[in-house]
Amino acid sequence: MPKLSNKERMKIQRQAMPEQESAVRRNNFSEVNLGFTEELARMEAERCIQCPKPTCIEGCPVGVKIKDFIALVAEGEYLKAADKIKEDNMLPAICGRVCPQEEQCEAKCVVGKKGESVAIGRLERFVADFERQTVGIREATLKPKSGKKVAIVGSGPAGLGCAGDLIQMGHDVTVFEALHDLGGVLIYGIPEFRLPKDIVKAEVESLKKLGVDFQTNAVIGLTDTVDELMSDGYDAVFIAVGAGLPYFLNIKGENYNGVYSANEFLTRVNLMKAYKFPDYDTPVFHVKGKNVAVFGGGNTAMDAVRTAKRLGAKNAYIIYRRSDAEMPARKEEVHHAKDEGIEFLFLANPLEFLGDSDGWLTSVRLQKMELGEPDTSGRRKPIPIQGSEYILDIDMAVIAIGNGSNPIIQKTTPDLQYTKWGNIVVDENTMRTPKKGVFAGGDIVTGGATVILAMGAGRKAAAAINEFLNSSN
Amino acid sequence: MYKIIDAEFIAPNVRKIIIEAPKIAKKRKAGQFVIVRVNDHGERIPLTISDSNLEEGTITLIVQGIGWTTQELNSLVAGDFILDVVGPLGKASHIEKFGTAVSIGGGVGTAIAYPTAVALKQAGNYTISIIGGRSKEYVILENEMNKVCDEVFVTTDDGSYGYPGFVTTKLQELIDAKRKIDFVLAIGPIPMMKAIAEVTRKYKIKTVVSLNPIMVDGTGMCGGCRATVDDKTVFVCVDGPEFDAHKVDFATLERRNRTYREDEKDALQRHSCKSEEAILKAVNEG
Ligand SMILES: Cc1cc2nc3c(=O)[nH]c(=O)nc-3n(C[C@H](O)[C@H](O)[C@H](O)COP(=O)(O)OP(=O)(O)OC[C@H]3O[C@@H](n4cnc5c(N)ncnc54)[C@H](O)[C@@H]3O)c2cc1C
Ligand SMILES: Cc1cc2nc3c(=O)[nH]c(=O)nc-3n(C[C@H](O)[C@H](O)[C@H](O)COP(=O)(O)OP(=O)(O)OC[C@H]3O[C@@H](n4cnc5c(N)ncnc54)[C@H](O)[C@@H]3O)c2cc1C
Ligand code: SF4
Ligand code: FES
Repeated sequence: MPKLSNKERMKIQRQAMPEQESAVRRNNFSEVNLGFTEELARMEAERCIQCPKPTCIEGCPVGVKIKDFIALVAEGEYLKAADKIKEDNMLPAICGRVCPQEEQCEAKCVVGKKGESVAIGRLERFVADFERQTVGIREATLKPKSGKKVAIVGSGPAGLGCAGDLIQMGHDVTVFEALHDLGGVLIYGIPEFRLPKDIVKAEVESLKKLGVDFQTNAVIGLTDTVDELMSDGYDAVFIAVGAGLPYFLNIKGENYNGVYSANEFLTRVNLMKAYKFPDYDTPVFHVKGKNVAVFGGGNTAMDAVRTAKRLGAKNAYIIYRRSDAEMPARKEEVHHAKDEGIEFLFLANPLEFLGDSDGWLTSVRLQKMELGEPDTSGRRKPIPIQGSEYILDIDMAVIAIGNGSNPIIQKTTPDLQYTKWGNIVVDENTMRTPKKGVFAGGDIVTGGATVILAMGAGRKAAAAINEFLNSSN
Repeated sequence: MYKIIDAEFIAPNVRKIIIEAPKIAKKRKAGQFVIVRVNDHGERIPLTISDSNLEEGTITLIVQGIGWTTQELNSLVAGDFILDVVGPLGKASHIEKFGTAVSIGGGVGTAIAYPTAVALKQAGNYTISIIGGRSKEYVILENEMNKVCDEVFVTTDDGSYGYPGFVTTKLQELIDAKRKIDFVLAIGPIPMMKAIAEVTRKYKIKTVVSLNPIMVDGTGMCGGCRATVDDKTVFVCVDGPEFDAHKVDFATLERRNRTYREDEKDALQRHSCKSEEAILKAVNEG
């Protein structure tokens, strides 16, 4: 392509993501987005004006060299582009799919000030998919063995990020995972239609090839404690157990049959493959032809409601106590959900679940809300409207209002420091805990956050662990 | 992969399975359980660690084949492998020297009560156990209980062995005979645990039951195992499985356990030809 002027570049429309038709996809679990073709990717890359001061990078939690990798895409150097991204982001195929780009890099993109920002996330995904599909994830080179051993607790993005760096630095790495499969929320929470499990498996496989040892069915705290790992010869431990304790609404009737936490519903469907029941043995509520309400407005809520729709729900509602604007979910997911026929009931708050005499959920009593002044989070606070209560008939409810911290580590490792919500306290720069040789990062430190932040925390910890190991000969 | 070292039926449909799991054998305490996934398509089911052998590095499970997964598990023989075994999960039984402790097991509940009875004895309690079964062949672990308990009473619903009647009847007899009872552990079907709780409530005897909700992860991540105790929601897999019998809402537990009843029936029917073959094989091979 001839060199374009900035003006010409700004004229190119943002390339749309090819996707499965909404009428088709709401009946299957295959990925919604199909990914850019080479042509679309090159065209999109041409939209980048190669700013002298690329503000996009400021928006990226791990500082991916966005401008440089996009220039490589424009030149058709996709593998070099992949290398460039991987200098800062170990999991681009995943992050390209699930990062909230519209609040991060793309929010800061200069082109976006006047029109639509460069589709950085879609390009990241394209580059990573290109590598995986053409030559496979390429192996990194390893430093000579240090003779040091590190235990990583949890195989979510924080654990994987940490493992990838430490193995390259020459240390022996064992990842302990409580479940029977690897990837954390990436495998049990985020559904196939948004993040195909083969992609997560490919990342795990590439770490295995580098020599990372994965031990499933190991609940640290119970199978082994952190102290036992230390006395078993691990020189350092990185705790990355995520935020795996589902919050409930704490309203009446929450234990009726048919009321699920999002974690349970998504785990049954994704990890245990209940959507393939009876080929797989784990059942889940028979959603077909039923009314389902999901409470919450985040990514988890969107995943749950779209899963319910795919299982055949007649009406699938999102019930959220604030309005459209305050929903924390990725914009793309909300958009997809609407296309798939999800109904959004904003400014509605559940007061009580009602059930029949056999203990099955039949309906929910809701109250209408209005928005008041912004609260500490900067979002406008919902206030109940007196006398606005009404009943909505539902057969199944999914609670997706967030996760607290799982108590197993805290109960068995009392000599760490915890906040009153059970999050582990660490030094922000080194992820170090006050306990010698023990580091922590990801959702267990921050509370439920994002894949990129968790991965970034894992890599920060890897650098600090490396320093710790080298200084403690 | 976890290897089955030995497996035998000890009552109709109840199989004792010894599995190689050295780490769990070393760590487990009375009252704790494992979650097992038989194969790649399998569901995760909780099973109490009935016993362990440190030298051999094995744990013992006693499994009642009531649905598809338990029957599939019971069709496995020595040398076969189980894909996933994770544990030890849950809190260990609270053990102290109460004085006289009565452990009551109904059906396969006896297998769940057994390790705690052992621990109660080791803590210096005078231990009595009452074990019940539908009829003689359903009574399990009588010999084992005899070895660790000061007194053992067997009851059968049809009177074919031991005392005719329910375990509750026997407990009531002991109470009526003015035997001093300081602690009761009751494990079995929900109606049985509920009935025991009603008996001991009147006499203010501290009573603990082990709850058996449907579980998925067993680590507190899904909340599927929640039960109502003392009007509060608990996650049985991490807060239990043992709770104060006088505070448990048994009705809710019973209802929640029926959530997948239709699917379970379906699964069993669909698999039944397959499983009959497998069970025959297991029976033949001992
Ligand atoms: C349904 C859902 C959708 C989401 N969508 C998005 C999205 O679109 N974009 C985005 O950026 N973020 C999203 N998130 C958030 C994101 O997934 C998390 O912030 C991220 O996964 C946190 O990573 P982590 O490594 O800290 O923990 P996790 O991913 O939670 O992994 C922790 C792992 O540790 C294991 N573990 C726990 N306790 C123990 C123990 N004692 N011993 C051994 N192992 C243990 C767990 O089983 C788990 O595998 C979503 C979250 C959910 C639940
Ligand atoms: C902490 C704990 C420890 C347990 N220990 C043992 C043990 O040592 N030995 C043993 O034989 N069983 C034990 N159980 C019960 C065992 O987990 C269930 O029998 C098993 O999950 C049933 O699976 P299935 O597929 O064979 O039956 P399904 O087809 O799933 O169910 C068949 C019948 O069992 C009921 N059921 C389903 N799940 C459970 C459940 N979790 N508990 C009780 N009933 C259930 C169903 O309502 C149905 O009526 C324990 C349960 C818990 C929670
Ligand atoms: S801010 Fe936008 S236009 Fe500028 S370098 Fe970054 S992606 Fe390109
Ligand atoms: S089984 Fe999932 S929280 Fe208890």
